[in-house]
Amino acid sequence: MRVREKLDAVRSFLFADSARTFGIISVVFLVSLAIAPAKNHFSEWRHYQKQYVKLIRTRADAVTLQRHLKTGIQQIWIPEHGIVDRCTTCHVGLREESLSTVTTQPFRAHPPIPHSLTDFGCSTCHRGQGGATTLEEAHRSTLAWEEPILPARYIESSCGQCHLADLPGTPQLNYGRKLLAREGCVRCHNVRQPDGVVMQGTDDPPSLQHIAQKTTREWVYAWIKNPQAYSSTATMPNFGLSDDDSRDITAFLMAQSTPVALPGPEKATSSTTAADPTAGASLYGQSFCASCHAVQNAAGNMVGGDLGPELTKIGTKAKPEWLEAWLRNPGAYDPDTKMPHYRFTEQQIKTVAGFLEAKTDSDLLANVHLPDSTPQQIAHGKQLVNEYGCASCHEINGVRKPDNFAPDLSHVGSRSLAQLVFAPGVPHTLPDYIGAKVRDPRAFGASLKMPKFTLTQQQADAITTALLALSDRAQSQSPRIATHRESDYQPGGHAGQLIRDLRCFSCHAINGRGGDMAPDLSWEGSSVQAKWLADFLRNPNTLRPALIRRMPKFNLSDAEIKELTDYIMTVYQTPAFESDSMPASYPPAEVDRGRQVFYSKYACSSCHIVDPAKDKGYIGPTLTQVGSRLTPAWIYHWLKNPQELRPGTIEPNQHISNDDARALTAYLVSLKGQSPKTKTAGRRRESQQEVGR
Amino acid sequence: MKRRALILLIVALLTGCTRKNAKTAAPAATAYGAAITEVSGGKQIAAAGAVLEQPLVVQVNDAQGNGVAGAYVELHAPAGVVLEPAAGITDSSGQFTVKVMLGGTAGRYQITALTRDKGGKSYDLKLEEIALDYQQVLGRQINRQYCSRCHDPESTPERVSNMDNLVTKPHAFADGETLNKISDADLTAIITHGGAALNKSAEMPPYGYTLTKNDIQALLSFIRAVADPPYPAKGVVYAQN
Repeated sequence: MRVREKLDAVRSFLFADSARTFGIISVVFLVSLAIAPAKNHFSEWRHYQKQYVKLIRTRADAVTLQRHLKTGIQQIWIPEHGIVDRCTTCHVGLREESLSTVTTQPFRAHPPIPHSLTDFGCSTCHRGQGGATTLEEAHRSTLAWEEPILPARYIESSCGQCHLADLPGTPQLNYGRKLLAREGCVRCHNVRQPDGVVMQGTDDPPSLQHIAQKTTREWVYAWIKNPQAYSSTATMPNFGLSDDDSRDITAFLMAQSTPVALPGPEKATSSTTAADPTAGASLYGQSFCASCHAVQNAAGNMVGGDLGPELTKIGTKAKPEWLEAWLRNPGAYDPDTKMPHYRFTEQQIKTVAGFLEAKTDSDLLANVHLPDSTPQQIAHGKQLVNEYGCASCHEINGVRKPDNFAPDLSHVGSRSLAQLVFAPGVPHTLPDYIGAKVRDPRAFGASLKMPKFTLTQQQADAITTALLALSDRAQSQSPRIATHRESDYQPGGHAGQLIRDLRCFSCHAINGRGGDMAPDLSWEGSSVQAKWLADFLRNPNTLRPALIRRMPKFNLSDAEIKELTDYIMTVYQTPAFESDSMPASYPPAEVDRGRQVFYSKYACSSCHIVDPAKDKGYIGPTLTQVGSRLTPAWIYHWLKNPQELRPGTIEPNQHISNDDARALTAYLVSLKGQSPKTKTAGRRRESQQEVGR
Repeated sequence: MKRRALILLIVALLTGCTRKNAKTAAPAATAYGAAITEVSGGKQIAAAGAVLEQPLVVQVNDAQGNGVAGAYVELHAPAGVVLEPAAGITDSSGQFTVKVMLGGTAGRYQITALTRDKGGKSYDLKLEEIALDYQQVLGRQINRQYCSRCHDPESTPERVSNMDNLVTKPHAFADGETLNKISDADLTAIITHGGAALNKSAEMPPYGYTLTKNDIQALLSFIRAVADPPYPAKGVVYAQN
């Protein structure tokens, strides 16, 4: 009651007199009118601009900085990208190089990038709410805003919106794109890149059409249960299947397997030939199997390449007769394999197969006991194979590759948050959603089909970066920076068939197609001498002693070597020069001058070895026999500009004068190596004739 | 009576609305050490904002230098750095492992790891990690392709270091003692024109016709970023203009 009385008293005091009432209403009106200018006056951005003025006042370059300073709200508008940025209102010193060491934000200069801030704005790369003028709204309004500021760890995804080719400054994005193609992501998910090309998988999941010929039911079961138990480097993820489901899938895969005609021994060999373990290890080494296949050593480290599957426990997996047939001709079992057709003799096949069969793991299948499969199990297995989309990666008889099996990821970098179902604990932003989904998809629901891949944190971050780059903005950008795509070059004729049979493309690139493990062969015919090439194919010896990966010996026949040599010498020629445009021999005075500049002026011996007793350089190939190996024209043009002949080669362009290049060529051509005396003269004559052809 | 109930209700409502403390309660230590040392993970170089490739591993030791299991470890880092976990208890070998995500700004991040003894006295260890900006990442890439074979003493089976094969041993890029004393202009000149042009070893070839000016600038920026001790200021000028 007392409160009400007091209120009545106040009301009568304020409004009893009309003049007083007018005065009070006027004051209230004036105050409310003053709110807007006051709010502007005390706004956050003005505070930052005042702080900036204080900061620069004490600096030596105060006058210059003051002259560059523009007060008031600053805005970058890029209509064609739909970008409006007011970030530079608070980030006042972004363009001031001298402020690069300032630690107080928002005043630090922007680190150097290839683009101008005026042309690209800030939110093109950093996303965020560009139009906002308060720190909270611009940076952290993640719950209400579709594009929160992009965490720095994924910043390279912004480069990927315009640049479809790999950039040297975006290693994480490049790696992420490679992983998308290599880890099997694009086999279930459709990824149409902004230039309209659908991303293709670069991994090589094996066909399961003839699986029963290759391995046992028990192994297939153990593998499906947990691929990483067999090989820690396995690409196939653990689907977390129950024992019964694994058994049924195994039953179906074995039931659908059909036999294929595998090459048998050309003539019966005595089965008593025991595999000698030392001979096996030695032949395995000589064939450079480790260039592609890894084996786990006693310390648990993987030793060897990752182009082919890991072989630590191969004896537990592969049936002996299959392994021998595979070594005899891998293409007979799998026409698309990257494994070359070594022309092993029957004895060599027995030796290598025996060596590999000894690599077993007795524990892996110790507890696997599978009774005969029932038709119900097989039928259930087929259902599971369809449900889990196994045919997205593997060829399976009777199962078609499913269409649109997993969500399309072509626009995943712009996906609306409203369409996403977040796992508990995942912050409600798109980068966090994608990152969490890549790392552990099953955290979003135990029944989800997508399994957990064995990715390191770096790999998961790289994949997330590549996915964030697939945005609507990327799709609408024009012009975009074109990408380099692998060509579909096919060498022609019978020699081309031989090149494919030897799987040269697994390691070498030719005319824009192939691997990068070994040198590009596009211009090999201009580079080397025919005699050397034929000798090399017969017995590949290393040019770079420090390298572990080497060219294997394919045991080619003389006819095959001739055919291959002729083809390479004729077809793989550079248009930059004629192979016979330089003389094959030079006067001794020129050779001497070449030797002088080789050792003193250009210090070539810091990278190359000519005299094994004196030179130590390990980076470039050994040059002891370079005069028998390379053509004089190649040597000359290489010295003039190595990058033109092999882009990206470590040898720098030293801007060598024509005279010096000619002298160096003369010296290098004279280096014919330590051949047996009786053959040297003949060989020199031969190579000169070949160069003159 | 009514009023008291109303006040109680308001208090209860306010308590219910307060935000829960995000930090979980610090785990209780069961043992105490007298020193904290680095096992691995310091001095890593990564792009700004990246998760470091190797986790940070520290060890709590007793006065005799033996690892102490169950000791409390707490880490502190500048704003922007995410430590996972930021505090915890050492494992059976006395070690504590932390995943580190660097801040979004390039520069050096100092991380402090500390442990406390029974009386609350703290022992700390300071570690430094380096975050690279776009230009420095590009410089690191160029270093890997063209420079590291001679300028990196570390040898791997895939890439053998050539450093010991050279008559004049090149400086490692992290060798701040030497490289910090050379000015930007001099380093740029040596990279561009080679060692011979500046009366230094001809074993350093000129890269001015292979790398662009931007590439060389990026490389220089990388050298300055990884210098140990840190690059402080402008150095001595050797080159003429």
